[in-house]
Amino acid sequence: MYRYDEFDAAFVHQRVEQFRDQVARRLNGSLSEDEFRPLRLMNGLYLQLHAYMLRVAIPYGTLSSRQLRALAEIARRYDKGYGHFTTRQNIQFNWPALADIPDILLALAEVEMHAIQTSGNCIRNVTADAFAGAAADEIEDPRVTCEIIRQWSTLHPEFSFLPRKFKIAVTGAPTDRAAVAVHDIGLKIVRNDAGEIGFEVAVGGGQGRTPMLAKVIRPFLPRRHLLSYLEAILRVYNQLGRRDNLYKSRIKILVHEVGTETLTQMVEDEWALIKDGPVELPAGEQERIGRYFAPPPFANLPAEAPRYEAERHRNEAFAAWTRTNVEAHRQQGYAIVTLSLKPAGGVPGDATAEQMDAIADLADRHSFGEIRVSHHQNLILAHVPRADLPDLWRALVALGLATANIGRVSDIIACPGLDFCSLANARSIPVAQRLSERFRDLDRAHDIGELRLNISGCINACGHHHVGHIGILGVDKKGEEFYQITLGGSSAEDAALGALVGPAFAADQVVDAVETIIETYRAHRRTGERFLDTYRRVGLAPFKESLYATA
Amino acid sequence: MPLLKNGSLVDDPWISVADGEPLPAEGAIIVSLTRWQKERANLIARANGLGVRLAAADHAGAIAADLPLLALIALEFPTFRDGRAYSSARLLRERFGFKGELRAVGNVLRDQLLFMHRCGFDAFEVKDTAAVDEWKQAMSEISVFYQAAADGRATAIQLRQQRRPQS
Repeated sequence: MYRYDEFDAAFVHQRVEQFRDQVARRLNGSLSEDEFRPLRLMNGLYLQLHAYMLRVAIPYGTLSSRQLRALAEIARRYDKGYGHFTTRQNIQFNWPALADIPDILLALAEVEMHAIQTSGNCIRNVTADAFAGAAADEIEDPRVTCEIIRQWSTLHPEFSFLPRKFKIAVTGAPTDRAAVAVHDIGLKIVRNDAGEIGFEVAVGGGQGRTPMLAKVIRPFLPRRHLLSYLEAILRVYNQLGRRDNLYKSRIKILVHEVGTETLTQMVEDEWALIKDGPVELPAGEQERIGRYFAPPPFANLPAEAPRYEAERHRNEAFAAWTRTNVEAHRQQGYAIVTLSLKPAGGVPGDATAEQMDAIADLADRHSFGEIRVSHHQNLILAHVPRADLPDLWRALVALGLATANIGRVSDIIACPGLDFCSLANARSIPVAQRLSERFRDLDRAHDIGELRLNISGCINACGHHHVGHIGILGVDKKGEEFYQITLGGSSAEDAALGALVGPAFAADQVVDAVETIIETYRAHRRTGERFLDTYRRVGLAPFKESLYATA
Repeated sequence: MPLLKNGSLVDDPWISVADGEPLPAEGAIIVSLTRWQKERANLIARANGLGVRLAAADHAGAIAADLPLLALIALEFPTFRDGRAYSSARLLRERFGFKGELRAVGNVLRDQLLFMHRCGFDAFEVKDTAAVDEWKQAMSEISVFYQAAADGRATAIQLRQQRRPQS
């Protein structure tokens, strides 16, 4: 993984001192809250309902065991003993004190981490496929591209006061585990007919109150032009994106208003003037960054691991876990293991300091000391020898991290909602907890099969409800929490936005409504057909009927 | 309004003239882009320096052809959150080769000075005289730059390449 050199190290330390000074000026009153706000936001510090919230960047979702231990220590020392992993592969601390923030940032800098650009109207922390470098279908490790973008976008002098936040995601594989279609820029690493690597560039995806899927504006961008092309897109957006209305200021609205063709032309015109200029990476830099992401020293393992096979045959719980939480690895004899942060009745994405420490130890023992955060709010050990799986599973069971539910109904994405967030209209976490309790029976969950259930506590859609196979959106109706349900969304390579099924449900009805939807699916599905495909075949009608017929 | 230039507070010889206000008989003046376009012939006939003020929504390209006639461009920040002038500044310096004074006006705050300087601004209308110390701090608190801009500061990539042993 990437390691800071003296330039990166000097930078993050200077940045900590800069923010220490800004916090001091805020505390002594020489900065108003209005003036301090964009400064703290550029350091990931929000003022929430009850306290400040610090969002720490985990670039492209990759952590070392040392970094995870540092996060655990911050959780223990400055927070309430836990952290919350987010849909942007970051971690949030919900209870830090303002005066402690500079010291927290210093502790992060010591392990080559920061909270820069995890908030604010700037280019946010860039996200990637959580299986990067391990997925069997990968063309190239997307983290190389992400790190190049991270550096280019860090304190970019031209693009730090954009009309609105700006999110970029990169996938290096045809299977999209990075939700590139719902980002301001989605980059897909592709190979052209000549066998060269480049990017398919899509612009203007996003969720929020006007959800849109990104439009491809360039089917193949040669790799060496990555930064000039991004700079062209950002410059067009910075100049022309709307600033008169907060809700119309994302680039998706600009794309929508001027049209994809015009937008493409504007970007291409700007690009023609800056391509091959000083913004491009010099020769050798791509390769230099790429070396940081060289594969770990894999052993030559046999394809079969008798210990693993034997355990699968005699231990049904273990076997069930391997079916949902273990994925094929590109390297023979290895597997990708997802640690579920979605236990029945738990808060999706939360991990305690003790769990983080234990996961760091397991990563050292079984996965080259590396941990990933997925945008589904789970953690991943990306390089586990198959023979280690039984031991790893037993350790994870003891830690409460082995729930065999990845990609199943109880693997719920949820935003913090009204329990924490100052923007929320309704609570998300209690709904997620009740749903995961209702579907805690794993045999039933496996019978239901692949299902993405996403919950947002307001229209800003941090819980990605638009792209859930089943999406739940909390709304406020005269001071009462209600929940709208959408069906048919997807954030994967078959990206789609969900359709509203009908009138919203009261808080005490929403779990029953989801169960009705799932039972309707089971009644209509063909053998082996997943929920999303049944929905696509039969449409909304049967679901509407079963939900509202008796009402 | 105090004017910060090259790290010091300096006297401002320029008169910023609002639209509709009569032009002073002599002296260096700054007018809006609209006024420049309307009264261009008259303005060019003046003996003293000419400057044009671009609103955040004005595109730098609109003044590009006239840059040889101008000694100053003022770019407005209606609020510090409006970042359009950063793009205009870079275009004026990098694309259109403007060598005159590039002045930041409006809501110009200490914590944005470094970004502005990197985009090519070299003069800043600031709200108070504490600005000199703040300027020094703003210019020195960060020394690592990850991207090329209009300021000519060496980027981390360039420094890494220089550092690498020649072989």
